[in-house]
Amino acid sequence: MYVYDQYDQQIIEDRVQQFRDQTRRYLAGELSGEEFRPLRLQNGLYIQRFAPMLRIAVPYGLMSSKQVRMIAKIARDYDKGYAHISTRTNVQFNWPDLEDVPDILAELATVQMHSIQTSGNCVRNTTTDQFAGVAKDEIIDPRPWCEIIRQWSTFHPEFTHLPRKFKIAINGAVTDRVAIEVHDIGLEAVRNDAGELGFRVAVGGGLGRTPVVGSFINEFLPWQHLLSYLDAILRVYNRYGRRDNKFKARIKILVKALTPEVFAERVNAEWAQIKDGPTTLTEAEVARVSAHFVDPAYKTLVDQDAALAALDAAHPGFARWRERNTFAHKKAGYIAVTLSLKPTGVSPGDVTDKQLDAIADLADRYSFGESRNSHNQNIILADVEQSQLFTLWGELREHGFATPNVGLLTDIICCPGGDFCSLANAKSIPVAEAIQRRFDDLDYLFDIGDIELNISGCMNACGHHHVGHIGILGVDKKGQEFYQVSIGGSSGRDASLAQILGPSFAQEDMPDVIDKIIKVYVEQRTDEESFLDTFRRIGVAPFKERVYAANH
Amino acid sequence: MQRIIKNGQVVDETWHLLPKDTTLDGLSNCDDLIVPLALWIEHPHALKARDGGLGVWLEAGEEIEEIADQLDNFQVIALNFPSFTDGRHCSTAYLLRTRYGYKGEVRAIGDVLRDQLFSYQRVGFDAFALREDKDPLDALKAFEEFSEVYQASSDQPQPLFRRRA
Repeated sequence: MYVYDQYDQQIIEDRVQQFRDQTRRYLAGELSGEEFRPLRLQNGLYIQRFAPMLRIAVPYGLMSSKQVRMIAKIARDYDKGYAHISTRTNVQFNWPDLEDVPDILAELATVQMHSIQTSGNCVRNTTTDQFAGVAKDEIIDPRPWCEIIRQWSTFHPEFTHLPRKFKIAINGAVTDRVAIEVHDIGLEAVRNDAGELGFRVAVGGGLGRTPVVGSFINEFLPWQHLLSYLDAILRVYNRYGRRDNKFKARIKILVKALTPEVFAERVNAEWAQIKDGPTTLTEAEVARVSAHFVDPAYKTLVDQDAALAALDAAHPGFARWRERNTFAHKKAGYIAVTLSLKPTGVSPGDVTDKQLDAIADLADRYSFGESRNSHNQNIILADVEQSQLFTLWGELREHGFATPNVGLLTDIICCPGGDFCSLANAKSIPVAEAIQRRFDDLDYLFDIGDIELNISGCMNACGHHHVGHIGILGVDKKGQEFYQVSIGGSSGRDASLAQILGPSFAQEDMPDVIDKIIKVYVEQRTDEESFLDTFRRIGVAPFKERVYAANH
Repeated sequence: MQRIIKNGQVVDETWHLLPKDTTLDGLSNCDDLIVPLALWIEHPHALKARDGGLGVWLEAGEEIEEIADQLDNFQVIALNFPSFTDGRHCSTAYLLRTRYGYKGEVRAIGDVLRDQLFSYQRVGFDAFALREDKDPLDALKAFEEFSEVYQASSDQPQPLFRRRA
């Protein structure tokens, strides 16, 4: 993974001092709350329902075991002994004291971590595939490009006060596990006929109040021009994006208002002026960054299909877990393993300090000392030897990471919701738990198969409900918490937005509602169909009919 | 008298910033004036004929392209921040310096606060009229907050990746 040199280290250490002084001035009354707010937000610090929430950046989800141990230490020393993995692959603490935040940042800086631009109206953490570098269907490893973008965006002097937040994602594989089409900018690695690398560029996607699937405005951007093209997009947005209404300030509104074609013309006109300038990337820089993402010292191994099949036969629990929680690796004899952070009764994405220490230890012993956070709020050990899989499974069970539900109905994406977040209209964690309790029969869950259930506690959509196959949105109706249900969303290559079923439901009805939706699917599906396939074939009507039948 | 930051020093303000509804009536001949864009667009000849210094100021939504071919007329271009969270003029300052080659003073006016100054000077501002309740001497510390930067901008023509040892 990327290792800071003296320049990178200097910049984050300067940042710690800067924020220490800003916090001191705020506490001394020299900075008003209003003046401090954007400063603390650009440092990932929210004032929440009970305490500040601090969001730590995990660039493209990748962490060393040393960094994981530091997160565990901070959870222990400054929080209530746990951390939360967010849908942007970052780490959140819900209980630090404001006065402690400069010290937390100083500790993070010792392991090359920070919380720069994890919130606020600026360029946020660039996300990518949790299987980057190991997936069989990879065209390029997207991580060097994420790091190049991280450096370009860190304290970019022209773009620190954009109209609204700005999220970039990069996909380097055939399958889109990154949801690039629902990002402000989505980049997809492509090769032209001459075999040269470039990026297909989508803009104006996003969730939130007005969900939009992005538009591709450039089919082949040569890699050398990546940063100048990003500068051009951001400059057009910074100058012409709406600032009069924060709900209409995302780039998607500008792209829509201008039309994607006109927006593309503006970007191209701006780009023509700056293309080939000093920001043009050099082969030397790409090589320098890429050198940090070369393959680890893989052994020459062979796939263990027969041995694993024998273990499956003897241990049905292992077989189930292997089916759901492992992912094929490009190297023979290796496999990627997903640690489920979604056991029933635990807030989705929460990990304790002890579990974090355990993950660091497992990463050291099984996976070259690295782990990855996924936007589905799980943790991945990407480079496990197949011959060690059974032993690892045993250890994961001890630590509560072996729930065999990755990609199943109970692998719910869920924001912290009204239990913690001051923006939320409704709680989301208890809804997730009630659904997990209702669907506690593993056979049934496996029979239902691949399905994404996403829950957001408000229309800011941190739980990505618009792109869940089933999406749940917490709404406020006259001071009461209700839940709106939508179906048919997808964040994959065939991205689509979910359709709202109809009037919202009370919290206690939610397990029944989900149960009815699933029953319609099970009754109507053909042998090969996933939930999404069936929905796309039969449409929303049969689901609507069943769910609201009692009201007729 | 207001004190402003110019080229890293706190100095007495000698220019007069004229409000948006200013007309030619009673305009001083000898004072150094920063006039609103609309007045310049309406009366360029009258303003050029004066003996005093001339500057122009732009609202956050006004585009520098309107006067990009007339920049030689101004000793000062002041860019107004209605709120410190409105970053539009960061692009304006950058374009003034790098695209339109403006060499005169680029001044930040309006809701100008210490914690934005580092990035403002990076994109091309060299003068800062802080909000009146703020101490410009204290704000000078902002320029030393970072000892290294990643991007090329108006202060640093080469991005870090072309400068790394």
